[in-house]
Amino acid sequence: MSSQHNPEETLPSEQAAARGTVAQADDPFADPGLPAHKPRIQDIDERAAKRSERVVAFLFVLSMLATVAFIASFVAFPVDKSVFIWPIGHISILHVSLGVTLGLALFCIGAGAVHWARTLMSDVETADDRHPIEAAPEVKAKVLEDFAQGAAESGFGRRKLIRNTMFGALALVPLSGVVLLRDLGPLPEKKLRTTLWAKGKQLINMNTHQPLRPEDVAVGSLTFAMPEGLSEHDEDFQKEIAKAALMIVRIQPNEIKDPRELDWSHQGIVAFSKICTHVGCPISLYEQQTHHVLCPCHQSTFDLSDGARVIFGPAGHALPQLRIGVNAEGNLEALGDFEEPVGPAFWERG
Amino acid sequence: MSTTTATEKTKRQAPAGERVADWADGRLGIYSLAKANMRKIFPDHWSFMLGEICLYSFIILILTGVYLTLFFHPSMNEVEYHGSYVPLQGVLMSEAYASTLDISFDVRGGLLIRQIHHWAALIFVAAMLVHMMRVFFTGAFRKPREVNWVFGFLLLVLGMFTGFTGYSLPDDLLSGTGVRFMQGAVLSMPVVGTYLSMFLFGGEFPGGDFVARFYSIHILLLPGIMLGLVVAHLILVFYHKHTQFAGPGKTNTNVVGMPLLPVYMAKAGGFFFLVFGLITIVAAIASINPIWALGPYRPDQVSTGAQPDWYMGFSEGLIRVMPGWEINFAGHTLVLGVFVPLMIFPLVLVAIAVYPFIESWVTGDKREHHLLDRPRNAPTRTAFGVAWLTWYFVLLVGGGNDLWATHFHLSINAITWFVRIAFFVGPVIAFIITKRICLGLQRRDAEKVLHGRESGVIKRLPHGEFVEVHAPLDQADLHKLTAHEQYAPAEIGPEVDENGVRRKVKRSEKLRAKLSKGYYGEGNQIPKPTAEEYKEITSGHGHH
Ligand code: HEM
Ligand code: FES
Repeated sequence: MSSQHNPEETLPSEQAAARGTVAQADDPFADPGLPAHKPRIQDIDERAAKRSERVVAFLFVLSMLATVAFIASFVAFPVDKSVFIWPIGHISILHVSLGVTLGLALFCIGAGAVHWARTLMSDVETADDRHPIEAAPEVKAKVLEDFAQGAAESGFGRRKLIRNTMFGALALVPLSGVVLLRDLGPLPEKKLRTTLWAKGKQLINMNTHQPLRPEDVAVGSLTFAMPEGLSEHDEDFQKEIAKAALMIVRIQPNEIKDPRELDWSHQGIVAFSKICTHVGCPISLYEQQTHHVLCPCHQSTFDLSDGARVIFGPAGHALPQLRIGVNAEGNLEALGDFEEPVGPAFWERG
Repeated sequence: MSTTTATEKTKRQAPAGERVADWADGRLGIYSLAKANMRKIFPDHWSFMLGEICLYSFIILILTGVYLTLFFHPSMNEVEYHGSYVPLQGVLMSEAYASTLDISFDVRGGLLIRQIHHWAALIFVAAMLVHMMRVFFTGAFRKPREVNWVFGFLLLVLGMFTGFTGYSLPDDLLSGTGVRFMQGAVLSMPVVGTYLSMFLFGGEFPGGDFVARFYSIHILLLPGIMLGLVVAHLILVFYHKHTQFAGPGKTNTNVVGMPLLPVYMAKAGGFFFLVFGLITIVAAIASINPIWALGPYRPDQVSTGAQPDWYMGFSEGLIRVMPGWEINFAGHTLVLGVFVPLMIFPLVLVAIAVYPFIESWVTGDKREHHLLDRPRNAPTRTAFGVAWLTWYFVLLVGGGNDLWATHFHLSINAITWFVRIAFFVGPVIAFIITKRICLGLQRRDAEKVLHGRESGVIKRLPHGEFVEVHAPLDQADLHKLTAHEQYAPAEIGPEVDENGVRRKVKRSEKLRAKLSKGYYGEGNQIPKPTAEEYKEITSGHGHH
């Protein structure tokens, strides 16, 4: 880069002091050189030095005692006994005593060593010279020459066929490693578009594990449901509930502003996906006057009386609604799966 | 026979330590190594301890981490809990979570080690950030240390991800929420998002694989890379020798301080124990990540006020304040509301990482720099650093917008808008203010050099005026305040060459000249006093 060329005059004038050369005698800012060493009290007074020695030894002994106390605590205190310590509160006595004793044992070693270094070891400052990091020109020339010789002997530059095929082989061989990663997981296909909900599946109350009936859904409360047939003991429960989790509220039908929402409800009972469309936290807070639900993760707020559209926060689209009805036994049931993918948006969502 | 007695005799003479050293020298060449390093000089300054805190907390993390692997089961198999924490008995949970409960309640000392591990992680990343700021504001990243700057930066980034994978391991409600957040962010990537998510989680979220996968990343892959980088970082520190501030006897070609053996070894070694001891005591009395409080992870459950570890907070801020833009077209969705924050996240980090290269391009300075700058003497750099920190902390505030709202009774909406505006405006204001302050401090230094320091003694002049007596600085202080270098702004140079032909001035050249003027032009640095000015003033001084 030609622009990297820097005319020498833009660089600061090489300062005498910074360069280590002797300053002119009349420079008032010249480096006066390292100041004379000021002795510490311990350097002059042997009694002070003795005191320091005793402090250091005391710290080391304290450390030994703390280790003994650590072992004693380990043996003496039961693992499940807790005590009240102000202001921490209730806390495991074993945990606190192990921590404090181990902490002290370590800290005292450190404090002893630092005190020793500061008061008793020589504190005379000395200077080491620095040497340039860059090699001398002769060294550089020799290296380049060696390299040129090595390269020439390999025939690397001359035998292009070898060079190119070698590059080819080296470029291809990591592909095997990439291919091996293929089985890390399945392809997405339609997996993110479907949930366990299907026509005729009853809504099961998450708390009671009983099918929900319209009369169970009170005005003003948020009810959570999962699809019939799913059990917490199922192997893929976590994966299924991550998509199927449902929240149900009852709203006066005349308060529902969105005609489709009203159409998909049952007597004002509406069911929406519980999974936030932002990045997938479950929604948990309901404001009954406004029918707003709030995601506690990043405060996206959805209006359940208006198609669950986003009224605040970083979510990008409304919560999907599940179409529900009542079956012959009078239980709430789904009339199909969600019509659009639940949870965070993705490229293929469309 | 006589030869054996001879060797026996030397054996008896040499002390045991020396014989061991001889043995090792014959195989490892330790004497030559020690000759170069045993009395190596290390300068002393409180800010040089920051790097040590990073190193020691890293060592503590490895020690406690290895202990945790002895008890932790990185498995997502569902088990019913029967351990001694009563409130969760009978609850279904992953083995990972159950074994973390066991570490906390049934293994004696397990809770302590877990808490030390977590506290050390928080301190590790914090110390790296502060250490990096020390290097930044003193210009310690300049040639020949740019590569080490990059190593350090990589350590910071890897440390953040090691921490994230670590606190995800227990599979508790809080950390699972964080993993879900990450998965949502991955999904937002155009074209590849869903594939990456499937590959990362072995299928749909959360699946049964991610704890085991995060585990090998957390305990092997990332710490392995980091260990390599830490060693390389330290080798380079040794090789370049430590930087130092200018001062009497301290020049660009020497390093002044105390020898490795014994002073530095005792201080640094002792400091390891101090850090370890303090972290242990904090872990004993300040609870961190009580994973039992909220229960195991369930994708349909959540707690309010969920917060990641602090070092992930700025990404949290990005995602919270970004408007939820989504663009649908041709059957596809561009999830800008999540993808934009995901892209700005690395950008924030890279902004500070590339700075040294920008500065060296602007100055065009190819010399080695071993003397540190006082931040005020590099106003533009300092202002940039403060602007970056402002950016970072604005986002950190955004990450806790709900906490700010509840603690200070503000509306979340107001905080969100504050963060959105401050994201753009804050750094600019910080830049301007910082630069002003630096220039003011430079002016004050110049003043001090020329007129001495305020002595606090008030004198009444014959005509009744009161003045403060200024005491002249001694030579050490004069030197310290004038030892910094000042660049002149780069010029583009003649646009017409010697034959009268117009030469094409590259756009990069123009940009560089402009930047250089912004750095070193008039008004962007205060010319330091010259010896002539000083002499003129001091010679007149006697008349007072
Ligand atoms: C190098 C930087 C490292 C960082 C920043 C880090 C951070 C963390 C954090 C924040 C946790 C969560 C702890 C909790 O509250 O439960 C964790 C867990 C864990 N870490 Fe690390 N760690 C590091 C290195 C290591 C190493 C080297 C090992 C092992 C060789 C290790 C093994 C573990 C294990 C087994 C757990 C899970 C146990 C538990 O959560 O109780 N870590 N790590
Ligand atoms: S996940 Fe609900 S607002 Fe972010």
